[in-house]
Amino acid sequence: MTTTAPDTRGCEAVFDAALAADERIEPRDWMPDAYRATLVRQMAQHAHSEIIGMQPEANWITRAPSLRRKAILMAKVQDEAGHGLYLYSAAETLGTGRDELLDKLHSGRQKYSSIFNYPTLTWADVGAIGWLVDGAAITNQVPLCRCSYGPYARAMVRICKEESFHQRQGYELLLTLSRGTEAQHAMAQDAVNRWWWPSLMMFGPPDDESAHSAQSMAWKIKRHSNDELRRRFVDICVPQAESLGLTLPDPDLRWNEESGHHDFGPIDWDEFHEVLRGNGPCNDQRIGQRRRAHEEGAWVREAAAAHARKHGGTAREAQV
Amino acid sequence: MTTTPQGAPSASAPEATAPQSGSAVPVGAALALGDDALVLSHRLGEWAGHAPVLEEEVALANIALDLLGQARVLLSLVGDEDELAYLREERAFRNVQLVEQPNGDFAHTIARQLYFSTYQELLYGRLAAGDGPFAPLARKAVKEVAYHRDHAEQWTLRLGDGTEESHRRMQTALTALWRCTGELFEPVDGLGLDTAALHEGWLALVSRTVEQAGLTLPTGPRSDGWSAGAGRQGIHTEPFGRMLAEMQHLHRSHPGASW
Ligand SMILES: [Fe+2]
Ligand SMILES: [Fe+2]
Repeated sequence: MTTTAPDTRGCEAVFDAALAADERIEPRDWMPDAYRATLVRQMAQHAHSEIIGMQPEANWITRAPSLRRKAILMAKVQDEAGHGLYLYSAAETLGTGRDELLDKLHSGRQKYSSIFNYPTLTWADVGAIGWLVDGAAITNQVPLCRCSYGPYARAMVRICKEESFHQRQGYELLLTLSRGTEAQHAMAQDAVNRWWWPSLMMFGPPDDESAHSAQSMAWKIKRHSNDELRRRFVDICVPQAESLGLTLPDPDLRWNEESGHHDFGPIDWDEFHEVLRGNGPCNDQRIGQRRRAHEEGAWVREAAAAHARKHGGTAREAQV
Repeated sequence: MTTTPQGAPSASAPEATAPQSGSAVPVGAALALGDDALVLSHRLGEWAGHAPVLEEEVALANIALDLLGQARVLLSLVGDEDELAYLREERAFRNVQLVEQPNGDFAHTIARQLYFSTYQELLYGRLAAGDGPFAPLARKAVKEVAYHRDHAEQWTLRLGDGTEESHRRMQTALTALWRCTGELFEPVDGLGLDTAALHEGWLALVSRTVEQAGLTLPTGPRSDGWSAGAGRQGIHTEPFGRMLAEMQHLHRSHPGASW
């Protein structure tokens, strides 16, 4: 960040004042380089999570056990692709194109949410992902609707609306299983057992270890700490699990009258860091499928671009 | 398993259950149209997470969802949609072989879309104009299918015109699937359509697009013997059995369960 030139200092004052007044920063506004870089990194990681997140659920489209569920699931996976599109476009407003970001994803230089490195083993996992993973995403993302960067905040408003559909659909799927046959109930419980702890990890490392949190809070990109959001999520889930007739796999989970929140057991941060390092059950599979789809689609994108050039359009127009 | 004309007892239900509405719905025709939509929707659903570009994840899913919606309406006219989809054996399915063809590369999927959506738009257009039992569905679906055809035509143009490789792949796909197109114009009992006129309209539209794309309309056999396919009679291809195995497995593993 260069702050010595007097005009930049003036700009910075305007930027700071806008933040202080809770105004939105827009693409043409001056912003510190580090603010821009942080946003691009976060929006890219978010976009990557949307498109990698399609895989574990798409895994069940061809096996969905009723046509109604099949339609819901296909629409959900489609929504996630749409979320990816909104977010890559939002990142593009800061001058970083989708192709460049995809390259970084494919080469491992940018990350996506670790939650998608766990496998979907049964149909109930589709429900557990909707209820817990989309649920955690909402808890994380609702505050982002007030994020200081305009295009990101506006993308999040649309996305959060759809995520809350996904969350309700997942809950309803699990409820049907829980109240179904013995085998269906067991399937639902097993899925919740496997997805509960990874969902809590979605909020990121504890506050005292979170690398980027403080600066992001100051820039009003982030509004609440990881631990605060995690606690909020647990408080929401406990009564919902009860209504579902399912248990959460944590013997230490109990209401704390004093704090007005639930206490919960210790999170296995070793597992979190292992998955983050690439050693989760599906890291290679997920990124492998993404790369393969991209490589196998290269001739299609090249053809669209070549056709557009011949007819005076742009490649991006050709793809829509 | 594939030699019984009907599947499990419940699978022969369409013939046994009376249509829910008062007007007589021709069961064979409802299954033919419904199965076409159901099976093609399933194949398109296999693209999820594998499409060449993010916009196509959205577009292919859109088309798959439209088709699934049509299938649900059509199958529900003559029985329980899930029983029909999940409990019939392969030989009881009435879809044309074109829609069950594996996705192949993107060009194959586009060629399949071009051939089928052109047929389906013309078919629904005619049904929508009448007052038969399929008219209400056709009136709604013909708009969806017009979009499907536009999507397929745009991509046929891009791929035919784009690069040497895309041109070659698109031509290969058009040629490979050509043999499955004759079956589209075999009469279906209960639809009362002039299939010769349908074919004429189809040929005109497909030829126009293929020519515009700088491609060549294939010339192989397509209307006699095995080349015509026999999906309407319940004769399918080997990959279709595997497709159904995957589609039906979970539902069949929990008899009587609701989802
Ligand atoms: Fe999403
Ligand atoms: Fe979602």
